[in-house]
Amino acid sequence: MTRKRLRLYAVLSGLAALGVATALVLSAFNDSLVFFYSPTELKTKSAPFERQLRIGGLVAEHSVARSDDGRTTDFTVTDGTNTVRVTYTGALPDLFREGQGVVAEGVLRRDGTFRASSVLAKHDERYMPPEVAAALKKSGHWQEGAATAGAAAKGAAP
Amino acid sequence: MHRFANPTRFMRASALVLPWLAVATALLLGAGLLLALFVAPPDYQQGESVRIMYVHVPAAWLASAAYLSLAVASAIALIWRHPLADIAAQEAAPIGAVFTAICLLSGSLWGKPMWGAWWVWDARLTSMLVLFFLYLGYIALVNAFDDEERGARAGAILALVGVVDLPIIKFSVDWWNTLHQPASVFRLGGPTIAVSMLAPLLVMALGFTLFFATVLLLRMRAAILARKLRALRRAEAEAAGRFAAGPRDAAGSVL
Amino acid sequence: MEERIVEFLRMGGYAAFVWPAYAVTAAGMAGLLWHSLRAYRRARRAVAALQARRPGRADRA
Repeated sequence: MTRKRLRLYAVLSGLAALGVATALVLSAFNDSLVFFYSPTELKTKSAPFERQLRIGGLVAEHSVARSDDGRTTDFTVTDGTNTVRVTYTGALPDLFREGQGVVAEGVLRRDGTFRASSVLAKHDERYMPPEVAAALKKSGHWQEGAATAGAAAKGAAP
Repeated sequence: MHRFANPTRFMRASALVLPWLAVATALLLGAGLLLALFVAPPDYQQGESVRIMYVHVPAAWLASAAYLSLAVASAIALIWRHPLADIAAQEAAPIGAVFTAICLLSGSLWGKPMWGAWWVWDARLTSMLVLFFLYLGYIALVNAFDDEERGARAGAILALVGVVDLPIIKFSVDWWNTLHQPASVFRLGGPTIAVSMLAPLLVMALGFTLFFATVLLLRMRAAILARKLRALRRAEAEAAGRFAAGPRDAAGSVL
Repeated sequence: MEERIVEFLRMGGYAAFVWPAYAVTAAGMAGLLWHSLRAYRRARRAVAALQARRPGRADRA
């Protein structure tokens, strides 16, 4: 019985030590685990210019402008507090639209605009049939991209 | 617990349960498939591509749940040295690995049309890939030893170390900015998924879980039989050895 | 009817992603089941053959 008890404590303390070590490592590497910066983090963390990085947020309403040849798209990424103007040339994913989450990879230029080399669409955790979405919008219970904006604005805080 | 964890008793009990479990699994998977493909509505944003969710999400849940059972069985094997726990852990590992692979592949097939990328190195996708390698590492480690018992012990320790990946998978979408969206079902404040989609998802998830239970029992029965086979062969070899050695000894003592 | 089948198979334009996802899942699960059943049948046959050669101990685990 005592040997079993001993092994039980050994396993439990091993797991506890492992958990603490992992938590420490993860919080130390926190910044490099961030997949993208929100427009606010871009300002507060003074992101480097002309270096490859990702930004994420919502595509602001009425901000999407396409060039005449239809290949280049300009849009504004917002997290509700700050915004960044993005320029992108190429095909956009199916989920790209105003009010939806987006992650753009590229470089921040000195004039504060972002030149994207790739654009990924981020969708929120809501799933529903089209009729339900239409009914919610009609009745005024619709919160546009509330969840994604919250996640992006909250930033990285484990 | 020990009363039910005896291999002979396990063989008898599992033989009784297995047919029922197999039938229930087939029924649930069939119903889930019909619901997912024909009854569930398209999504307001993702259209018909949302049907990938009905295989991707249950596979992801099962990948984590199978690892949790692998880890619990490993702990029981380490602490109480129960042979059945070792067998359960070793037979759960390949099932978990397959479901992790299904999760990664179906997720990739979903990510390409929706996100615009087959793969991104965000915290959720990366921690799920780590889980896949944990399964492969465990299987390789257990089989790397000539001594069965030492292999089982080394594997059990690796399985317990790997448990840290489970909370990282679960909370990666909350702790860091990821491309993967946050949880839709198991979250504070209730699910954010319409009931007409949640119901098929839960039926499918239950079907996957019963499939895991069925295959696990089947594999454990096979593993117990294989061990019994080795024991019988050893006994036979020993008996043959005695028979061969016997007369010579007798002759020697006469001389 | 035929149109509805074609429409269903098109999956709203996502056929190239939805069907492979279901195929991968089905293949993985079928493979697991096949592998496990084969291992079980082989072990059972081998044990039965051994026990047949050693009568009197057939019911021992």
